[in-house]
Amino acid sequence: MSKQRIVIIGNGMVGHRFIEFLVGSEKSDDFEVITFCEEPRYAYDRVHLSAFFSGSTAEDLSLVEDGFYEQHGVTVHLNDKAISIDRDNNTVKSAQGLEVSYDKLILATGSYPFVPPVPGKDRKGCFVYRTIEDLEGMTAAGAKGKVGAVVGGGLLGLEAAKALKDMGLETHVIEFAPRLMAVQVDEGGGAILRNKIEEIGVRVHTSKNTVNITDGNSTINRMEFEDGESLETDLIVFSAGIRPRDELARDCGLDVGSRGGIEINNQCQTSDPDIYAIGECALWNNQIFGLVAPGYSMAQVAVDHLQGKQESFTGADMSTKLKLMGVDVASFGDALGITTGCRNYTYIDEPTGIYKKLVVSHDGEHLLGGILIGEADAYGNLLQMMLNDMELPEHPDVLILPDRDGSAVGLGVDALPDSAVICSCNNVTKGDLNAAVQAGCTTVGALKSETNAGTGCGGCVALMTQVMNAEMENMGMEVNTDLCEHFPYTRQDLYNLIRVEEIKSFEELIEKHGTGRGCDICKPTVGSILASCWNDYVLEKPHAGLQDTNDRYLGNMQKDGTYSVIPRIAGGEITPEKLTILGNIGSKYGLYTKITGGQRIDFFGARLDQLPDIWEELIDAGFESGHAYAKSLRTVKSCVGSTWCRYGVDDSVGLAIELENRYKGLRAPHKIKFAVSGCTRECAEAQSKDIGVIATENGWNLYVCGNGGMKPRHADLFASDLDKETLIKYIDRVLMFYVRTGDRLQRTSTWMENMEGGLEYLQQVVIDDKLGLCDQLEEEMSHIVDTYQCEWKTTIEDPEKVKRFRHFINSDKEDNNVVFVQERDQIRPATEEEKIEFRKVG
Amino acid sequence: MNAVVEKINSEDWIEICALDDLIINDGVCALVGDDQVAIFRTGRGDEVYAISNFDPIGKASVLSRGIVGDLNGRPVVASPLYKQHFDLETGACLEDESETVKTYETRITKSGMIEVKNS
Repeated sequence: MSKQRIVIIGNGMVGHRFIEFLVGSEKSDDFEVITFCEEPRYAYDRVHLSAFFSGSTAEDLSLVEDGFYEQHGVTVHLNDKAISIDRDNNTVKSAQGLEVSYDKLILATGSYPFVPPVPGKDRKGCFVYRTIEDLEGMTAAGAKGKVGAVVGGGLLGLEAAKALKDMGLETHVIEFAPRLMAVQVDEGGGAILRNKIEEIGVRVHTSKNTVNITDGNSTINRMEFEDGESLETDLIVFSAGIRPRDELARDCGLDVGSRGGIEINNQCQTSDPDIYAIGECALWNNQIFGLVAPGYSMAQVAVDHLQGKQESFTGADMSTKLKLMGVDVASFGDALGITTGCRNYTYIDEPTGIYKKLVVSHDGEHLLGGILIGEADAYGNLLQMMLNDMELPEHPDVLILPDRDGSAVGLGVDALPDSAVICSCNNVTKGDLNAAVQAGCTTVGALKSETNAGTGCGGCVALMTQVMNAEMENMGMEVNTDLCEHFPYTRQDLYNLIRVEEIKSFEELIEKHGTGRGCDICKPTVGSILASCWNDYVLEKPHAGLQDTNDRYLGNMQKDGTYSVIPRIAGGEITPEKLTILGNIGSKYGLYTKITGGQRIDFFGARLDQLPDIWEELIDAGFESGHAYAKSLRTVKSCVGSTWCRYGVDDSVGLAIELENRYKGLRAPHKIKFAVSGCTRECAEAQSKDIGVIATENGWNLYVCGNGGMKPRHADLFASDLDKETLIKYIDRVLMFYVRTGDRLQRTSTWMENMEGGLEYLQQVVIDDKLGLCDQLEEEMSHIVDTYQCEWKTTIEDPEKVKRFRHFINSDKEDNNVVFVQERDQIRPATEEEKIEFRKVG
Repeated sequence: MNAVVEKINSEDWIEICALDDLIINDGVCALVGDDQVAIFRTGRGDEVYAISNFDPIGKASVLSRGIVGDLNGRPVVASPLYKQHFDLETGACLEDESETVKTYETRITKSGMIEVKNS
């Protein structure tokens, strides 16, 4: 049997998801897949398009893994737009002149932004907000202009406004309706939302109809409104809704709706059974679905139908929760209360800016919809309550009233049926999550990678965590977070105990709170916490035995039992004189020498007994410990910065040195790496570090929780355009909060991945002081900074400590098991075979 | 006969250092004959264990630099290289039954010196 040829027009999110479903299906071998994509790049994540402005690149946003299409034999015609469909001959023609026949055709052409027919709408500075190219245009224009206006106060419009604000423009939102987000939010909610957004410094103009755009006096454009007022602005971004792209369908005579959209049946077939339409171009039951989740459902239904299965598309829940300019907004079900006989509950807290509304059925038994603004934590539970038609409590208002005495009437996740969809972006049910938990996914991170839940908009992560914990409990699985058999506590618990009870030694802690004698898990952990809290010298008698060998001997043990020696070279800046001294020391002791990734010099092959001598020479020459052996700050990498670089915006080396000197010696759950780049070219690769700083025209951008290494993670933009004082304040707080709450050996990247509430939560804690901790965190950091000591200096000054570095306590002999051979003009450890050979000769 | 045994014994016990030279829960390495021996003072400071310093898995003389503690009540040291645990009483590796390190008898003399039996 020859293969059925499937042609897909449009490689957007839905078109791509269709291909993923198709090539991943049982009968994938029966199909040959060809797709047309008018854009110059494969499908990307349009939902998170605004991330482009906070530093994500086109590659970050891409949805297509490298080699995915090649691997599955999918032909993609990039940069080539399908221009006509010949239904008599089953062929598609493209702009570049290709003519491709099809057995089945899938229209995934998406939508286009609606631009009101205002004179001047195509002037310079006018944009829509749809593709990466649009955003690149806005960025370029924003760099030159001062003022920006968005036409449209809906979801996308407010996102676009945020982008303009982030570019540093004076930002206006122009809305035709009397309130923002008119589709999702009622008058009361609109008012609170408006206050919140104006607080951030965005000017909101409602009931404004733009009638003309012309030359401005001080800016590129002037918008003239029906009421006679006008606004001077450089940029104008149209975000006044979307329209389905149905022109191909119209031209070949398929049925389209009177207000646009390609009509489809429950199997997503158009009026021609060989042609399907999915996503935002499709009209089902007279509705267009402008969200990605229903588009994905349609893609699944169409793939099923191609394989002879009769699944149906049955509409979709259009509920949304998102954060608009830092304001939580959620709207679900019949938010505006249009169901006959429905009743409302409303809670308004004007001072804080919270608006909550529930719409319930006439008999008060079922939830029909609702709106949450300013605080939307209850969204997940309320949505499930509505979708699963669960019975409301006797007084439904308890669901939205503030929980002042901690007796919140929530909805136990146990009450949810297995079919309840927890992650609607990826259609993951409670049953799917439970199955994954049973298969061993017992962390949020593992559950995410196994099921994809929580990896779309992320709105369901809190609920997902509850489901996970409940299932683990049901399985009788004690969620055992004990550090080890000696302490029935987590690292965080131990940290709190040590802080609160001012415990100063391991012995005291295990006596009060543990059992047994400790082990190689709890001892270094407690040693690290004691150092984080009190910053004592780590080789003081009670602490010495707690340290891992690297900390115990202040060097990194290598495979043959020798150590490496890494002095601090803050920011990677070093004088030729000091470099020469390093060279001399390296050659005097015959050490293998290498440049590290963190811009310093690493010596290898130092025997235990040589360490104090080597360090004495280093310290005499003005060097200090690099803490390369510790779970603590390693390096602050820097590019050369504005001092020398033609493109540099600020002094990255100067800041790097200052940061490295501030945080050196801070012990943490794991190592910490920093980098500072002097401009957005980012030569220091700051976005792959735990703490990354990038100079901008207006200050410093702070990135957090990035990682290279085994599981790379792009750092999150934490705050923009900071002055140095604020930057350091934020870093103090982030680091101390990590020290306080991180798990043992948890890098900041996994710390962030597993943090409930993620980046937003960390921002609330550190920027808004949600937990009231900031003063304390800063105080704790300042104690660490004030009590810094070079551990090697302290060590070599104490003969008793130096004695501990002898290889034998009762002999001055050296370890005869350490044997080196030469390779590329330097030493390396001998292999076992070479050692045998050596002994024979010796 | 007895006298002979006595004589051999006293020659085989080798004095290493004073008990007070050892930090509690911190190991040292001693040269006993040709052997490298790791010696640990544990518990409240009255127990002294000695095992071979050579880590048979990491193949380096490093066990004296491991962290001591207990697992399920057995006194152990964790190799600083790959973290396998060795029972201080029997020398058995808890993670790999096929590996055992040699153990040495120890005693503390009246004058407070640690002695290890060269066996």
